[in-house]
Amino acid sequence: MAYTITEKILLKHAPGKQDIHPGEFIWAKIDLTLANDITAPLAIEEFRKAGAKKVFDAKKMVLVPDHFTPAKDLKSANQAKLLADFAREQGIKNYFEIGQMGIEHALLPELGLIHPGDLIIGADSHTCTYGALGAFSTGMGSTDIAASWITGFTWLRVPQTLKFIYKGKLKKWVGGKDLILYTIGDIGVDGALYKAMEFSGPVIEKLGMDSRLSLCNMAIEAGGKSGIIAPDEVTFEYIRAARCRLQAAGNKTRSLQPEARSKLKSDSDAQYAEIKEYDVSDLEPQVACPHLPSNVKGVSQLKDVKVDQVVIGSCTNGRISDLRVAAKVMKGKKVKSNLRVIVIPATQNVYKQAIKEGLLELFAKAGCVISTSTCGPCLGGHCGLLADGETAIATTNRNFFGRMGSPKSFVYLSNPAVAAASAVTGRITHPDEIR
Amino acid sequence: MIIKGRAHKFGDDINTDDIISAKYLVTIDPVELGKKCMESIAPDFTKQAAKGDIIAAGKNFGCGSSREHAPLSIKGLGISCVIASSFARIFYRNAINTGLPILEIAQADEIKGGDELEIDLTDGIIKNITQGKTYKSDGLPEFMQRIVVSGGLMQWIRSRTSV
Repeated sequence: MAYTITEKILLKHAPGKQDIHPGEFIWAKIDLTLANDITAPLAIEEFRKAGAKKVFDAKKMVLVPDHFTPAKDLKSANQAKLLADFAREQGIKNYFEIGQMGIEHALLPELGLIHPGDLIIGADSHTCTYGALGAFSTGMGSTDIAASWITGFTWLRVPQTLKFIYKGKLKKWVGGKDLILYTIGDIGVDGALYKAMEFSGPVIEKLGMDSRLSLCNMAIEAGGKSGIIAPDEVTFEYIRAARCRLQAAGNKTRSLQPEARSKLKSDSDAQYAEIKEYDVSDLEPQVACPHLPSNVKGVSQLKDVKVDQVVIGSCTNGRISDLRVAAKVMKGKKVKSNLRVIVIPATQNVYKQAIKEGLLELFAKAGCVISTSTCGPCLGGHCGLLADGETAIATTNRNFFGRMGSPKSFVYLSNPAVAAASAVTGRITHPDEIR
Repeated sequence: MIIKGRAHKFGDDINTDDIISAKYLVTIDPVELGKKCMESIAPDFTKQAAKGDIIAAGKNFGCGSSREHAPLSIKGLGISCVIASSFARIFYRNAINTGLPILEIAQADEIKGGDELEIDLTDGIIKNITQGKTYKSDGLPEFMQRIVVSGGLMQWIRSRTSV
């Protein structure tokens, strides 16, 4: 039987099953579960209502208060406290207060918690990010997560896989964010509904891990159940570096399973729902226009769009490589007058690294404000909402109607280089224009 | 189970930010969430919707975030069922898990706002009384029906395992 990488991971996690087929329901064993300060309170409520006392395995649970923290108001403070109390009660070590915290989908890979071949579920739609490390990971609601806390299992319908092959050589300023925006622009916001998205080809093989994480992060924006990239040397080097960092800090690291090092990949004769090939050699930076991530245009078509705010951050593009590229564009430049530019390093570790490399000083001198790690403005939570009639360009993942604040505001999505260039000019700008 | 109610019409790709804006996710109370349902895209919806009414929408209903607050706000408002030509997958799971009846039919676009509908959830038959039409939904796969019949995911889990 020939399998895709997704089918292989699911089969390995379905005890008693000898084979597996798209469309069938399986009862799957979980390696890691995740919830945040919005979704965990509901999950905790469901856990208690079910009469459960102990979670199945505290080591396989992660709780990250990242959406409305530092607490934006009293209600969100009380919600975040529920997580802290639950973590203490259940002995969950992977609970992170601000200061250690980061945006969940940047934090977990950085902490070496994600390994190739894992099966991960999270009460957050962008849980699909971890496919960048060769894991099967998917977002669910709070009740699903609560059920998994009790049983250590979840039900899954085995998805069909859509395979994407990217060929050619990427231009300067073009990365994972542009590949995924281009892809969503092509297939639409439900183009991968219920399906696994497998990203492959020579362009992907050359892509760094931060760019791969951006790419897989937005699989959900095409309706995908998961996004995945077969693990390779880039993956193993990323995990090795994470483990070294943790060991140097005197922290225990998760033991690496042998399969996490193996060349886990799809069989050459695996069955796909569809295979799409793109030659991306001529691709310019992509921008998703209001109000859908599929409303995608090349950046050069949007140079007349003026912006009131720029956001550089989020689980999509708040990692160190993202800040480096934004800094490269802004070096020696100033933020355009009457423009707000908010830079949000995705994790405390990214924040510290950005200090060390002088990036935060560069941003501050240019006239940006720098926030502690938070999802904040991405979902219109806090730390930078838009007023009536305002427009933002953001490195975030959703530009839905009213997503970043007022229902009368407009959000454009781009990569960090375009956002940084736009911060300098006050309108949507190709980085080549100023560098 | 028979549901009767008036349809409220929504378009394609209604996302969970539309259903319940993130700024209201500081509570898990369905009634509180229900008061803000669809606020940004249809400010009068909560005033117009009567208990038992039905949402009819186009493709990809419930796309976006995983917030279970979305089906809870729809339930909290008293909406009895959502009909759409397709559902985003996390919303689909959340609806099953929280006991919000949902039906997928290709002809969802034919339903107009204000149409009187009668739905038999057992066989997936939707009668559009206003238009004199009948639609048939495929209903849920057998596996999901078992979850619904158990009374939701947690009850189904309890029937399988000793908590």
